[in-house]
Amino acid sequence: MRLQNRHLLGLEGYPKEDIQTIIDTAFTFREVLDRPIKKVPSLQGKTIVNLFFENSTRTRISFELAQKRLSADTVNFSASTSSLKKGESFKDTVQNIEAMKIDACVMRHPTPGAPLRLTEYVDAIVINAGDGTHEHPTQAILDMTSLQEKFGYLKGLKVGIIGDISHSRVALSNIHGLLTMGAEVTLCGPATLIPPQIEELGVSVNYNLDEVIEWADALNVLRIQMERMGVNLFPSIREYRSKFGITSERLAKHKKEIVIMHPGPMNRGVEIESAVADSDQAIILDQVLNGVASRMAILYLLLGGKAES
Amino acid sequence: MNTKKLAKRTLLKNGTILDPVKEKEFEGNILLENGKIAAVGNINVDDADVIDCNGLVITHGFCDLHVHFREPGREDKETLASGSRAALAGGFTRVCAMPNTNPPIDSPESVRFIAEKSQNCPIHIHPIGAATKGQKGKELTEMAGMVDEGAVAFSDDGLPIMNGGVMRRILEYSGMLGKPIINHAEDDCLRNDGLMNEGLMSTRLGLPGNPTQAEAIMVHRDLELSKLTGAKLHVPHISTASATHHVAEMKQHYNLVSAEVTPHHLFFTDEDLAEYDTNLKVAPPIRGNADRKALINGLRDGTIDCIATDHAPHTIEDKELTFDLAAFGMTGLESCLGAVLKILVEEEGVDLFTVVKALTVNPRKIMGFETNLFTEKVAAELTIFNPKEKWVFSRNDIYSKSINSPYIGKPLTGKVKYTIVKGHLYSN
Repeated sequence: MRLQNRHLLGLEGYPKEDIQTIIDTAFTFREVLDRPIKKVPSLQGKTIVNLFFENSTRTRISFELAQKRLSADTVNFSASTSSLKKGESFKDTVQNIEAMKIDACVMRHPTPGAPLRLTEYVDAIVINAGDGTHEHPTQAILDMTSLQEKFGYLKGLKVGIIGDISHSRVALSNIHGLLTMGAEVTLCGPATLIPPQIEELGVSVNYNLDEVIEWADALNVLRIQMERMGVNLFPSIREYRSKFGITSERLAKHKKEIVIMHPGPMNRGVEIESAVADSDQAIILDQVLNGVASRMAILYLLLGGKAES
Repeated sequence: MNTKKLAKRTLLKNGTILDPVKEKEFEGNILLENGKIAAVGNINVDDADVIDCNGLVITHGFCDLHVHFREPGREDKETLASGSRAALAGGFTRVCAMPNTNPPIDSPESVRFIAEKSQNCPIHIHPIGAATKGQKGKELTEMAGMVDEGAVAFSDDGLPIMNGGVMRRILEYSGMLGKPIINHAEDDCLRNDGLMNEGLMSTRLGLPGNPTQAEAIMVHRDLELSKLTGAKLHVPHISTASATHHVAEMKQHYNLVSAEVTPHHLFFTDEDLAEYDTNLKVAPPIRGNADRKALINGLRDGTIDCIATDHAPHTIEDKELTFDLAAFGMTGLESCLGAVLKILVEEEGVDLFTVVKALTVNPRKIMGFETNLFTEKVAAELTIFNPKEKWVFSRNDIYSKSINSPYIGKPLTGKVKYTIVKGHLYSN
């Protein structure tokens, strides 16, 4: 039950059967997380380093917890890229860490393509925990695990991704993963935040949020970054909220059940209203739990742990 | 590369002589005496050093209007001497060096420094002066004094002259001197923080895009300002179908504009960036295939006058970085002929004459250099190449101090065998 690729760098072109294997394995680890003793010995003796060149709280904790649940030894490395610019190069940093004999690197980096470079510099298995505005494959896998859990299927599922698509690695990985699994994807957000020629990947773009809600089975609501306002990517929070904000009032107009997801951290009252985030239709906290399970599955499958008893 | 001082008499024997000025091709010999052309045609002598040119093309030495030799300031990347060696390996006998050095070449004194130092180099190097002081895009440089010291054109190189009013004054002033202005044609606000061509590939790779319009708009503005001022404008490294269209349109009724294209904009497309190769990070960016095809057609129909390498050496330290931090630019002198003959002649069926003219007589005309290089008594400046030879470009083919070439490992067609300039013969 091995995966075809040695690394997990992104979901573009990632084999469908491997995505399914990861999701299925994640469900078995979900059971482990429900046990009183939440630890299995699968990765005993394996050393994993979490290389975070960009601030992250939840992704890093999720990975660290997944590693500890699998009994791996973990080391954390955090560095701001500004210190890298001044001194030691990316190559030196990672080769130094590699020299300490590690089995896998989980890396978050602000630059697209950095994980691919990392595979050239180190022999360890590389897992992309987000590379700039490129991909965030483990997030997309946990999102798909959550959708599969909720609906029981992915093929034919209609998913709307709402918000800043241009700067979202979550969106790009979700697009690749969902399309591979046979789901349909519609993007919705201000035209200034939709990347060029994105339709050519096989998605639809619709600027009318109500139409997308009417169409979709689930919405993945992305975080809007306030600093985008200053560079003319959207004019104001007020206008964003009125056109693209997910509010209970807006959802109530549509007489249908719709599942709400958010990768976090949320701007409550901006892209998502508190009443929606805390409602039964939101599966945001399930995503967090599935995040640990999915990352356990990925680490387990990539690091070739022995079958768990 | 072997170097040899030319014998008193040297006979280039049994070559295909390609005269890009008279547009004639014939089999024959060229006799050189004391480093000068003595005879072209069926001449035969007994007492000369003979170079067998059977199967080879003999033509004018190549002339590159756009190189970066990094001196002064970044001699670790390239020097006038090391850049000359790279040029010779690529068949170039004459180059124009861009002024974006440290400090920039923006005064008569700094132009003199390059001109004097170049006298000891094995090729002819012409300094291009900065158009504004410190390349800051604000105040005119002492262009007339720089011309006196040997400047052949003016450019702020990688820094676009964004202020249209400043650009107008620069053109008026240089027009008085009869020297072309070369403006890096990209609207700074539109290219913004773009790292590659904007399109499906930039979306897939998650890299900020630089739209083709950033170039097209700036080229269009510069063409209009050239017309307004009656000054010569040379458009560097044209990369888009749209800018090529604007140049073609202007050329229909106005003859003071010219344009160059680089081998890499003809050879690569943005799909080649799929693995984030920083050697393909250049400005303007490598475009999509439709733009590449338009450039090929632009060269074929004469809209684009010449091929210039934009040879831009960078250290490993400046290139072996994540894509955002890596420097813009690639080297290109040594790989030029093999790249352009492969794409233009072999793949696209462009006439060999068209390509040779774009490497020889056309760039010389733009700068007002001597073009009658097959005339008796003219100092020999010749390139001899095999137009059909297939080879794989490797690190061993690089004479530049820097190795930032995306051609390493690529199959090329056409190889320079001999370069003759300043009384010496260089063989690859």
